[in-house]
Amino acid sequence: MFKKLAISTVAAITLATGAFAAGGEGHIEDFDFSFEGPFGTFDQNQLQRGLQVYTEVCSACHGLKFVPIRTLADEGGPHLPEDQVRAYAAQFDIYDAALDEDVPRKPSDFFPESALENAPDLSLMAKARAGFHGPYGLGINQFVKGIGGTEYIASILTGYTGEEKEQAGVTFYENTAFPGGWIAMAPPLYGEDVEFADGHNNDLHHIAADVSAFLMWTAEPKMMARKQAGVVGVLLLTLLSVLLYMTNKKLWAPHKKKH
Amino acid sequence: MGGIPHDHYEPKTKGEKWLHSRLPIVGLMYATLTAPTPKNLNWMWIWGIVLTFCLVLQIVTGIVLAMHYTPHVDNAFASVEHIMRDVNGGYMLRYMHANGASLFFVAVYAHIFRSLYYGSYKAPREVTWIIGMLIYLLMMATAFMGYVLPWGQMSFWGATVITGLFGAIPFIGESIQTLLLGGPAVDNATLNRFFSLHYLLPFVIAGLVILHIWAFHTTGNNNPTGVEVRRGSKEEAEKDTLPFWPYFVIKDLFALAVILVIFFAVVGFMPNYLGHPDNYIEANALSTPAHIVPEWYFLPFYAILRAFTSEVWVVQIASFVTGGIVDAKFFGVLAMFGAIAVMALVPWLDTSSVRSGRFRPMFKWWFALLVIDFFALIWLGAMPAEEPYASFSLIASAYWFAYFLVILPLLGVIEKPDAQPATIEEDFAAHYGGDADKSAG
Repeated sequence: MFKKLAISTVAAITLATGAFAAGGEGHIEDFDFSFEGPFGTFDQNQLQRGLQVYTEVCSACHGLKFVPIRTLADEGGPHLPEDQVRAYAAQFDIYDAALDEDVPRKPSDFFPESALENAPDLSLMAKARAGFHGPYGLGINQFVKGIGGTEYIASILTGYTGEEKEQAGVTFYENTAFPGGWIAMAPPLYGEDVEFADGHNNDLHHIAADVSAFLMWTAEPKMMARKQAGVVGVLLLTLLSVLLYMTNKKLWAPHKKKH
Repeated sequence: MGGIPHDHYEPKTKGEKWLHSRLPIVGLMYATLTAPTPKNLNWMWIWGIVLTFCLVLQIVTGIVLAMHYTPHVDNAFASVEHIMRDVNGGYMLRYMHANGASLFFVAVYAHIFRSLYYGSYKAPREVTWIIGMLIYLLMMATAFMGYVLPWGQMSFWGATVITGLFGAIPFIGESIQTLLLGGPAVDNATLNRFFSLHYLLPFVIAGLVILHIWAFHTTGNNNPTGVEVRRGSKEEAEKDTLPFWPYFVIKDLFALAVILVIFFAVVGFMPNYLGHPDNYIEANALSTPAHIVPEWYFLPFYAILRAFTSEVWVVQIASFVTGGIVDAKFFGVLAMFGAIAVMALVPWLDTSSVRSGRFRPMFKWWFALLVIDFFALIWLGAMPAEEPYASFSLIASAYWFAYFLVILPLLGVIEKPDAQPATIEEDFAAHYGGDADKSAG
């Protein structure tokens, strides 16, 4: 997909004649997430709820092999207490070559890989999909809505129509968000699949958003630090620009005197 | 400095004289910093410093990234994730490096189109132009190989498609492709040699940059009027120029700071905007992505490559005449490299005696169309290979060639240029005031 600021304007004007991007794209709902925009941050409680949804539902088939379990304790993430992280890690086994047997995982280990061969790893899923492409494939709406990886995931989870069909022995499920309309994954969530300890709303829309937010964190755990660095960088460089502007103006003034 | 009379470094102390007679490096730095620079340079002359900054940024961030990266097909993708998650500031390093490549190309395209408009490629600056084109080619090779290193889906399939282009060359193509890949297909050998070359080429670029600067310091800078600096005497030259330090250093740094505000906003707030989501999926030789799209800076030439299908009559004629040796695929490859070649040859294709587009009433419009054409090609390169994009691509590609091969040679003959100012001083005074009139009177 192509995206570039300056280009967009020119190309949009050139092609206002009405060429349409390739069809077959699914319908992506624009969810509101706390981490959108330059100052958006992860909602720690939502990440913890998302972790619970992931653990109780998604992890039956999918894995998070690039995510170290210890990072669950990181600030800016789910920020679980150390003892909870240790307990969480211990519920998954890992093969220990020295002992030649399976032992409980430690926080320094990674999340397990996908249990099902056809289930993609979810570590980076929120960055590996784009929900928004338009208009005309220019990706300009990503400026406003974001790239939309989390919206894509949440829309898939809420996009099942209940229809199914069988093709060559495989069952496909109709999904309004999936490109092509038919997905091999059975509906994983129906609503009220998990009970939250704090009694938080667990309808389908909410838990889909929660687990999508959690997957944004697994894909981009340093998002908050990055945005902070961005703010500092932009502010300092703006200040530097102003100073250099004034220096430059003063420097050239003797040579640019109007009569 | 292009025979522009100016002060030279005079070693004063005993130590300075000792060094100067052995290695005149202080004199070289003095000459570089005090280089007489046309005082009417506009804001399109700031891209050189932006490009220099980009090269340094890419080398510095790249060297640190290389300390943590593993060039092996089993570990490359995971090592990039390790950089993103565990290396201190690793996510910033990688995002700056990835977006730094985009800034590099934004700047180089602005720099190239600046030269095309103001006729900076014309005599006596052809060598500067040719070296610049070589730098641009090496930049593309470096960027392409760098994009393969994270070993995502687009890395793998982009490498497969682009190296496949070389396979389209008749007779020797297959050997070249095998040499590039280090085997029959994109694999560990490919990743290793791309990593090695991705590390090497920036230093070759740095060497060429020095030659590029040397060349235009020999001829002197072009400027928006295209009128040469007067070289009759030092006093005369000083009316047209100001020393590089501090006037242009400060001006360029101001422009760089403004550009870096935008750059940091992109890196901080939307670092993946210019990338392709598919590259966050680990490379898989068994699963081809729906659309294989190169990075945005390759798109214009990718569009030209795809525009020449076997249905185009030029391609059919070429195929007939050569007895099938030049097929549609090879024709596309020739067109893609030809699009850059005609640009490199522009000093000899442009027949106009007037350097700057500012004084060429007809040229202005054709040039504006070329800029629009370039943006249209970027957009078309990202679109699927189907109608109406295929026809648009063909028209846009045809204009690219027509501009260099037909329009520029013809314009020099039929166009009646506007009056040019006699001196740079006059042009500067017309914009900003000054005492040009008094001294002229």
